[in-house]
Amino acid sequence: MKKKIKAIALGIFLLGFCFTSSANGAAEEFPVAPPPMTEGMFPCSNCHASMETNRKKRELKEEHTQVKLHHAETMRWCLDCHDVKNRDNLRLYNGELIKFTESYKLCGECHGPQYRDWRAGIHGKRTGYFMGSGKRTYFLCAHCHDPHEPKFKPLKPEPPPFPPTDRKHGN
Amino acid sequence: METKRYTRREFIRNASLTALAGVSLPLLSSCAKEETEDFLQKHFREMTAEEKKQVIAKLEQRYLQKFGRKLQISTKEAVPDTLWGYGLELSRCIGCRRCVYACVKENNQSRHDPQLQWIRVLRLKRGNLINLENSDHYYNPDTVPEKGFIYLPVQCQQCQNPPCVKVCPVHATWQEPDGIVAVDYNWCIGCRYCIAACPYKGRVFNWAEPNIPKEEINPSVHYLGNRPRMKCAVEKCTFCIQRVRDGRYPACVEACPTGTRKFGNLLDPNSEIRYIIDRKRVFRLKEDLNTESKFYYFFEA
Repeated sequence: MKKKIKAIALGIFLLGFCFTSSANGAAEEFPVAPPPMTEGMFPCSNCHASMETNRKKRELKEEHTQVKLHHAETMRWCLDCHDVKNRDNLRLYNGELIKFTESYKLCGECHGPQYRDWRAGIHGKRTGYFMGSGKRTYFLCAHCHDPHEPKFKPLKPEPPPFPPTDRKHGN
Repeated sequence: METKRYTRREFIRNASLTALAGVSLPLLSSCAKEETEDFLQKHFREMTAEEKKQVIAKLEQRYLQKFGRKLQISTKEAVPDTLWGYGLELSRCIGCRRCVYACVKENNQSRHDPQLQWIRVLRLKRGNLINLENSDHYYNPDTVPEKGFIYLPVQCQQCQNPPCVKVCPVHATWQEPDGIVAVDYNWCIGCRYCIAACPYKGRVFNWAEPNIPKEEINPSVHYLGNRPRMKCAVEKCTFCIQRVRDGRYPACVEACPTGTRKFGNLLDPNSEIRYIIDRKRVFRLKEDLNTESKFYYFFEA
């Protein structure tokens, strides 16, 4: 009987161990580049600590005038993603606070398939070393998509090659 | 008086001696020593380690003279258990040509007269993906992407069954153990059979002495990759052999602003390229030609 209890206790202990280790696995860290902040803006609490909270949707006239929210704007406003008490953090839907370097978690709450692909290195971009111990850098969602206006802006293309009829330069 | 008559045997002996002297004169004279060395240089795959070292030293000296700086020439061999594969997501490419110019810079291509580029971005009308002959790679709008078009970048597809290797009459091009099709620029005779054989237009030719600005030279080079070439050599994409054998992403992958380009080891089940092949809608260009290319185009699935 004693043996049985011992075995069960051991089983529970091992099970618990498995869970904690898998939980550790879930909290994988990515070697991301520093988030793209407007210079002089961070830490946000420098200004916001002494300001009154205004949750009302409005046009931002004094500060953050460059922010034009075009990202499901009918359903969302600043404090849905930025935490009201800890301005230097972002907040997930469940209230958990995350750093700006982990913003992919916040994006992943709505964009599941993209988040899945990003974790595998398919969506988005990685630079540096993919093999061995060299330094690698993963781009955050926000490096390519402005979180307030995520649609890609058109680019000017690099010049086309010289056509073969251009006898001077072409090949 | 008896005139001296040559026998046929004597005549042949003298004639052949003269011919030999004529041939060996430039080989032995000191002014053409460099050319002689180049002429007698072995095929890269037949060189011993010692010979490779000598050739590298000679090349480094020559580049130092030409470009005014020391180039690091690597002869690093293929990493065991690697077979490189490339992925390119067509639904993301916007045709901005950043990859083209990153490649030119990284791989020391001739900038003009002749202008050589290893990547060609084709523009196709939407819904017209299969008619490559209707494509245009000289498009030049103010901004990309343009409405109604898609973009298909094409470069060497590193075929596993490469037609260019089959046609080379002197074995100057071959497939490395990691799947990269390499060229020994010194062994190439410039016949351009490989250019004719390639169904992807993946190879380009140095019609004249290449022009690279001294200050733009990339000093980290590989013997089979981006070392500066000479007139009459054929060249092509090597998946940035100088980078990937060290485990670094190719230059085009790092340059792409939309994250269209992916790279990895086909033999590693956890690599990015295997993730793509396992989960996305993948196709290869001109699969019907049995080239078994290792360049996988894919769509968001």
